[in-house]
Amino acid sequence: MHLHKYERYWLIFGGASLVIFLLITGIMAFHYGSHPPSAKKTINYEQVEQIAPFNKPGVHKVSGKDWDYEVVLVASAFYYNPPELKVPVGSKVKFIITSKDVVHGFEITGTNVNMMAEPGYISEYTTTVDKAGDYLIVCSEYCGVGHAQMHSMLRVVDSK
Amino acid sequence: MRKQKQKPTEKFTAKTPGVLKVNEKDARLVMAHMYVAFLALFLGGAAGLLQVLVRSGLFELPAPFGYYQILTIHGVLLALIFTTFFIMGFQAASVSRTSGALSTKQRIIGWIGFWMMTIGTIMASIMILTNQASVLYTFYAPLQAHWIFYLGLALVVVGSWIDSLGHCLRWEQWRKEHPHQTSPLMSYMAVCNSLLWFVATLGVAIEVVFFLLPWSLGFIERVNVLLTRTLFWYFGHALVYFWLLPAYMIWYCVIPKIIGGKIFSDGLARLSFIMFVLFSIPVGLHHQLTEPGIDSFSKYIQVVLTMMVVIPSLITAFSMLATFEMRGRELGAKGLFGWLRKLPWKDARFFAPFVGMLAFVPGGAGGIINASFQMNQVVHNTIWVTGHFHLTLATTVILTLFGASYWLIPHLTGRTFTSSLNVLGIIQTVCWAIGMAIMSFGMHFEGLTGAPRRSTFSDYGGAEIAKTWASYQLAEAVGGTFLFIGIVLFLYISVKLIWFAPKGEQDFPIAEVAPQAERTPPILENFKVWIVVLTALILIAYTFPIYSIIENSPLGSKGFKLW
Repeated sequence: MHLHKYERYWLIFGGASLVIFLLITGIMAFHYGSHPPSAKKTINYEQVEQIAPFNKPGVHKVSGKDWDYEVVLVASAFYYNPPELKVPVGSKVKFIITSKDVVHGFEITGTNVNMMAEPGYISEYTTTVDKAGDYLIVCSEYCGVGHAQMHSMLRVVDSK
Repeated sequence: MRKQKQKPTEKFTAKTPGVLKVNEKDARLVMAHMYVAFLALFLGGAAGLLQVLVRSGLFELPAPFGYYQILTIHGVLLALIFTTFFIMGFQAASVSRTSGALSTKQRIIGWIGFWMMTIGTIMASIMILTNQASVLYTFYAPLQAHWIFYLGLALVVVGSWIDSLGHCLRWEQWRKEHPHQTSPLMSYMAVCNSLLWFVATLGVAIEVVFFLLPWSLGFIERVNVLLTRTLFWYFGHALVYFWLLPAYMIWYCVIPKIIGGKIFSDGLARLSFIMFVLFSIPVGLHHQLTEPGIDSFSKYIQVVLTMMVVIPSLITAFSMLATFEMRGRELGAKGLFGWLRKLPWKDARFFAPFVGMLAFVPGGAGGIINASFQMNQVVHNTIWVTGHFHLTLATTVILTLFGASYWLIPHLTGRTFTSSLNVLGIIQTVCWAIGMAIMSFGMHFEGLTGAPRRSTFSDYGGAEIAKTWASYQLAEAVGGTFLFIGIVLFLYISVKLIWFAPKGEQDFPIAEVAPQAERTPPILENFKVWIVVLTALILIAYTFPIYSIIENSPLGSKGFKLW
């Protein structure tokens, strides 16, 4: 099957853009390590409160790791524990979350921290908080009647 | 209602000489599908209006109804019921028109499918209306609906298999009767879409029949949440192509005839359909990019496969514009873009689908952003996504189907699309375009700042950012109101075309292939080859993630009813 000359140009242009696009995405992922949140750890969702680290939800300073803070957070209908997060600006933070019941979302608005919290699974994402301010956290997956009331706040504060 | 006085214009009723008409008995089968589809459109559209009004913060729902219940009605009735019924009816009409009347057996198969789908729809609707299934149209576990809801949806899926089996059998019969000939393009496309549907719905059928149904009945205590979600999205993305391909059938086969032109290339049209079939299913993980439990490499593979649809989309865009330009030049258009002025802008059968095509430019671009691996985190589950599929499904596909109804319905009911109804059709399209421009772009911009989708009005504890969302939501309510008016207008036109428009013969336009087009390679008609390729792609994309989900599975989930 022959292609019309212009159609050939058009498809070569489209195909080449596609290859370049996928290469950039691939290099970003596999060279610079920019992956979507894809942790594979599992947990018994019925005993989250007894299992570390979720037995102590909160913001924890850590040392000897690639990141400075760990935010350990439990999502359940219809709130987050802890209800508010505070981290110093410029720090590298690892968010570690799970759900005690249904599927929830964990989305920090205005950032690219956005992941699902599913019962039985631990979701993780590490990022540097480089701009001070208050960031609203919303549950972005329908979880029941109180879904839109499920929110929290990340306060990125100047460290003194 | 008064009878239309206007005489049908020549233009809208011009007949294609020597072509088949949809058989009368087939027409009844098709119209049965359309009645259910239009009823679903009305109720689902009304639910959509209530949603935008509630989310604007200015209105509250009357007592027995909840926001998420209305949202479930909107999603199930429009995304699943309206589309499936319309498409099954449309495919039956297309096959009957291009391959010849269905045999008695094929027609009975069609009726069995229709009634199964209808009974399933009623079962699911009752459960939603009695607030026992406010789980949205994606019904993610571990939210657990009443078992009748799941059974109803299973019946809809199985009914649609039976229904589309009849279309495939008719195509097969044509092939037997005409050995060594290229089959009618529109029937071939209906078969492609049916194949896509069979393979894709296997995922959701397994999810419902083996997990959710026994789980809601209490036969099994727990389900693996991630596995059920993955099975859902194995189906869920192909679902959007199942909506899109009938629109492409109209673009490729019907629109050229309406503008008086020819099909640019039969082979390229078939090639693009085969590519859509191949790259619609092994791509579902791009809906799950932010989920735990699935490795990043598997996600990336499916992102690559997702992006392959760029190729058939570009083929389609080229074919459409080539058809338009060739026709315009035939009519004496000069200059680089003079042919644009020669297109029949005042014909709603062309104008509505054309506006749909335009919407696919931002719609497609947004889709590329959504599936862009890391970039997905910026928009995942924000109302941006809602804005996206209201451009692709609720504008591109819907306006094309509306435009098609303007000739299909009167063709089947033995009436005519009068010039005054045509004017209404143009107004309807403009109303839709305005409403969607306001609502969809509002949703896109609001989503970029993080507003979640599928959420009722909330001030989020007085957060600053939520105040800006409220103003976007006000705009969306205005846009949504335009869209509801659009639905009422469309249904008014449809009621006219079903019962009141003047009797006559309305053409079911089917274009011929341009004389200079290349011969169609026979391999494109050899579905055995494509089924093997499709299976291979699915195995490459899904074997490892599914194996790893099962092997790595945590304690399963019991059901929750949190609404």
